[in-house]
Amino acid sequence: MADVSLGGAPQNVAGIQSSYMAQVQRRRLYGGLTLLILVVLMVSGFNVADDRNAGGFWEGLHQIGDYPADVVSEAWAKRADLPGLIAKYFPALVETINIAAVSTLIGALAGLILSLLSTRGLAKWPRLIPLFRRFSDIMRAVPEIVIALVLIFVLGGGPVPAMIAIAIHTAGALGKLFSEVAENADLKPVEGLASTGATWSQRMLLGVLPQVAPNYVSYALLRFEINIRASAILGFVGAGGLGYELRNAMAWGPGRFDEAAAIFILLFGTIVFFDQLSSHYRNRLTEGQAQ
Amino acid sequence: MLTIDELTKRFGDKTAVDRANITVAKPAMIGIIGRSGAGKSTLLRMLNRLSDPTTGNIVFDGEDVTSLRGAAKRDWQSRCAMIFQQFNLVPRMDVVSNVLHGTLNKRSTFATMFNLYPKSDIHKAIEILDRLGIAEQAPKRAEALSGGQQQRVAIARALMQDPKIILADEPIASLDPMNAQVVMQSLRTIHEEDGRMVIANLHTLDTARRYCDRVIGMRDGRIVFDGTPAQLTTGVARDIYGAGADFSEAATSTEIETLDRSNAAKAIA
Repeated sequence: MADVSLGGAPQNVAGIQSSYMAQVQRRRLYGGLTLLILVVLMVSGFNVADDRNAGGFWEGLHQIGDYPADVVSEAWAKRADLPGLIAKYFPALVETINIAAVSTLIGALAGLILSLLSTRGLAKWPRLIPLFRRFSDIMRAVPEIVIALVLIFVLGGGPVPAMIAIAIHTAGALGKLFSEVAENADLKPVEGLASTGATWSQRMLLGVLPQVAPNYVSYALLRFEINIRASAILGFVGAGGLGYELRNAMAWGPGRFDEAAAIFILLFGTIVFFDQLSSHYRNRLTEGQAQ
Repeated sequence: MLTIDELTKRFGDKTAVDRANITVAKPAMIGIIGRSGAGKSTLLRMLNRLSDPTTGNIVFDGEDVTSLRGAAKRDWQSRCAMIFQQFNLVPRMDVVSNVLHGTLNKRSTFATMFNLYPKSDIHKAIEILDRLGIAEQAPKRAEALSGGQQQRVAIARALMQDPKIILADEPIASLDPMNAQVVMQSLRTIHEEDGRMVIANLHTLDTARRYCDRVIGMRDGRIVFDGTPAQLTTGVARDIYGAGADFSEAATSTEIETLDRSNAAKAIA
């Protein structure tokens, strides 16, 4: 391929220039059309949404701050009660975090097994890879709130249905993320272990896990944060924990807004705390310990 | 024209470049040699302001380059082109777009986003590619080209900047001897025809000897040699590379002829 001659042009430059210019014109035309379609879609989509909205976007827009303002002003007026309320709702917070922690643990374990079974090159039964992939797709696709509602109907309200619902969703989501990581793992150690007569689970445990562990833990911690939020939301449908208390406080309307404010503060503080904690550990895992 | 004054770069307690002094009066082709870790790359990266010196100054045409910030710094970078060992092109974009990246300093982000380069620039980019003998590769993606061709695209990007100085950080270290020769010859031609200053980090002695007007030797961050290729004797080279008496030029050579010669010598022995 390498031609040594400097400046020797087999094709004439003007020809290359005009054909490249034509290509650029075409690309600009496509780019412009794409932009136009995007703008038309955005505007029409917004209009449709606005028409079908019961209240109307523009009429409601100026009222958007009313509810937070009510909550804040009432909470400020009763600010002396806040520490007591925070202490009162702390057990509910613990319940919420418990749901998140247990479901993350179970979901991560299930996701780990699913991911190894659905990764090309690692799977124990290569022919069943599509099956396991679709399986984790389904677990991801069904919203956790739907699973929780069904389970609450069957098992009754409480933390267990929420935990199962979040664990199923976590297994699906982490299975996907874990398998992307495992796809990039180096297969040489696995081959080395296979040559010694190791079983599939031994090869995975000793050949693959040490390579992917930092990424897996990092994804699992990220999932834990997401699950705290999810478990708070599931409280709204009767799964207990902080979300249940928040729904009650909000449904009572004015007069209980100080409780709503206390719960918001708890939730916000918890999410910030675990976000900081997990980003600290994720950094340590991915960059190695600070010397 | 270019004065480097007591330029020092420390990484923690390690000194990468130790009080370097270089004065260049007129555009020349300068080769910097030395073994890996001698501070050659750090020196070039400081010249381009990719990294900031710990102490010391770089003065170009009376302007203190080291104190430039923000837009003024980026303006200096556009006047001081850089060529990398691994080419550092955008692999998924076509060759002409990569060359047009040389004009980014003059363009707004908005114009770049919608690919709105002026027609004159596009024509100029293709003319530069033609000068380097790769015009027919213009519409291809950069990643589809061979190493030697990619490095010539990188040189074209540098020329598109219309710079006063071209810095080349090990431009031929990832290339086979044939392509290495084409790339070095291109750099030499650019220096001779356009009168641009070229400063190249080279890890082979004979390349420096063959293409450069002036050779600077670095060892452990210090400049230990600064002179013409003729002054660069085997003894001096041994000092620069910190090698013993068994050191021969063939050991650091990428030239086909030299390799042939050493092979022939082995065959005889």
